[in-house]
Amino acid sequence: MKRVLLAGATLLAAGLMAGSAQAQGTIKIGVVLPYSGQFADAAKQVDEGIKLYMKKHGDTVAGKKIEIIRKDSGGIAPPVAKRLAEELIVRDKVDILAGWLLTPNSIAGCGVSAEAKKVMVIMNAATSIIVDKSPYCTRTSFTLPMVTTTLGSWAAKNGIKKAYTMVSDFAPGHDAEQGFINGFKAGGGEIVGSVRMAVANPDFSAYVQRAKDINPEAIFVFIPGGAQPAALGKAFAERGIDPKKVKILGTGEVTDDSALKNMGDSALGIITAWPYDHNLKNKMNQDFVAAYKKEFGGDNPNFFSAGGYDGMTLIYEGLKKTKGDADADKLIAAMKGTKWTSPRGPMMIDPETRDVVETIYIRRVEKVGGKLVNVDFNKVENVKDPIHEAMKKK
Amino acid sequence: MLPPVLGVLFDGIAYGMLLFLLSVGLSVTLGLMNFVNLAHCAFAMLGGYVTVTLMNVLHWPFFATLPLAFLIAAAASVAFERTLYRRLYRASDLDQVLLTIGIAFVSVAVAAWFFGTTQQPVDMPAYMRGSFNVLGLNIAAYRLFLVGVGVAVTVALIGALEYTRFGAQVRAAVDNQRMASGLGINVDLTFAITFALGSGLAGLGGALAIEIVGLDPNFAFTYLVYVLIIVSVGGLGSIAGSFAAACLIGISDIAGKYYVPELGAFLIYLVMVVVLMWRPAGLFGKR
Repeated sequence: MKRVLLAGATLLAAGLMAGSAQAQGTIKIGVVLPYSGQFADAAKQVDEGIKLYMKKHGDTVAGKKIEIIRKDSGGIAPPVAKRLAEELIVRDKVDILAGWLLTPNSIAGCGVSAEAKKVMVIMNAATSIIVDKSPYCTRTSFTLPMVTTTLGSWAAKNGIKKAYTMVSDFAPGHDAEQGFINGFKAGGGEIVGSVRMAVANPDFSAYVQRAKDINPEAIFVFIPGGAQPAALGKAFAERGIDPKKVKILGTGEVTDDSALKNMGDSALGIITAWPYDHNLKNKMNQDFVAAYKKEFGGDNPNFFSAGGYDGMTLIYEGLKKTKGDADADKLIAAMKGTKWTSPRGPMMIDPETRDVVETIYIRRVEKVGGKLVNVDFNKVENVKDPIHEAMKKK
Repeated sequence: MLPPVLGVLFDGIAYGMLLFLLSVGLSVTLGLMNFVNLAHCAFAMLGGYVTVTLMNVLHWPFFATLPLAFLIAAAASVAFERTLYRRLYRASDLDQVLLTIGIAFVSVAVAAWFFGTTQQPVDMPAYMRGSFNVLGLNIAAYRLFLVGVGVAVTVALIGALEYTRFGAQVRAAVDNQRMASGLGINVDLTFAITFALGSGLAGLGGALAIEIVGLDPNFAFTYLVYVLIIVSVGGLGSIAGSFAAACLIGISDIAGKYYVPELGAFLIYLVMVVVLMWRPAGLFGKR
């Protein structure tokens, strides 16, 4: 028995040594994304952003080789995400956790990040409070209130006085509604009515008819991406709500590429706020889009891809500053305040909140060369997460 | 000017027709053949993907794809019926549920593999989009079309089952299989055709549903709940029952969202509970 124990201990020690020896020349990044299931396409796009960055900038930074280990969390499953994060750290000995598409999974991951002291880079999940859950957590996507509050104040400043809100009845929907109302009221607008729609809701016609009967100047909508934007757009067209007369305001999900294909011309004139679109006219983005299309078979990159790409940018920039040291305290300190230029425009990590600071674009759906695109016609620079800003004031 | 309540009624009936097309096939297989087919909506999804593929790859017009959505869903269901389902006709409900829910899961994965998890786009002809005004009521063109299809299918089905020789054979086979085959009715074939008909209608429903609710690989499960509600509220095996239940659920869903949005989509469950407490076998159920 003793001999077995001894042998076991020796093996364990050998394993530990092997682990640390390997770590000297390599930095491992554990990417947790829902590669299978309902969110597989979104995960693929984040992943392609990561791949594209590494193809362009190589797989070594500050003398260290970067190795990516991918884990599939398969949909909304916090316990699975937590277990994967633990396995990545304990078994695969990763130095950094990255990916994180879904809020519940990210919050579970943050617990592991805080306990194991590993930097965690959120490449998509957009609920404000996530980054507060671990002192080593940072984000390169956006937060929902950043988008909706910006849209609300923009609307109030641009001659819209009375608005109606329609949101899906779940936590992000409530955040979006509150964000828009805060921004809109602060700018002097008036909310003439609000409705929260069932999340599993295949047919919007009744909600839209209700909004139409109230006859507001603008309707703010927030619904999860995927099946619903097209159904909602069609309901607007079917009820005879013309986006040219009643302004339809929303977040970028409402008019992403697949939704636009579905909606057809009924989408013309919808106004959305969003941090990224493949149509942005800066040189870096045009190169990014061209490289992305060439690499991954013709589809345009979207905000998921941008989140993944910028997540890798932040990791590389951070490691450059620490000269390849992935120790969580040093790396997160280096990441704070990091500024870089992204296909989205100028980006920064807020040194106080570790959350992202970026430009929010106001876009309108227009027909360019026979195709429906989100044309940005206005922007708000250096947008910080309003929830964190409000928390600071208290 | 007509009061808005009529608009709500119309929308509800149109939505109900969509649910009717999706569920009537299940009502037939469940009620007449006693087979619990939880993969029913997978055939509906197949019909949807047939339409999407024909429209986007081969550029067929929408209406031309509908017969094929029906036929391919029907043909696929016959293949399943001949190879898998028929083995379980005499098995317990649980075995049937396990097999068919498994097929539904497989169909979701297969659809995601071939088409991705995103929403499938369809480009409706312009005259099917938008709406026209009748005495102040907003009538959506596509919904009017749905009502037309729903009524036509109902009339055709009731006619076929009640007044044709084939319908009589189906009813005979259901009531007493041994006696029916003793009289020279080919029970196997009758069931295969009935099953194909039900799945074909689901395929048609799936194709018609894209414009209203969209299509993605989760369709096989998203609509299963609605379909089961309608079958149970309407009563097993009753076409008129499915029709009435679909209208009832469609109208209460739309009216609920319009007048009491706080209740949201919960109202249809409430309606189901009330109906089943009043008539446990469903509106037109016999047992």
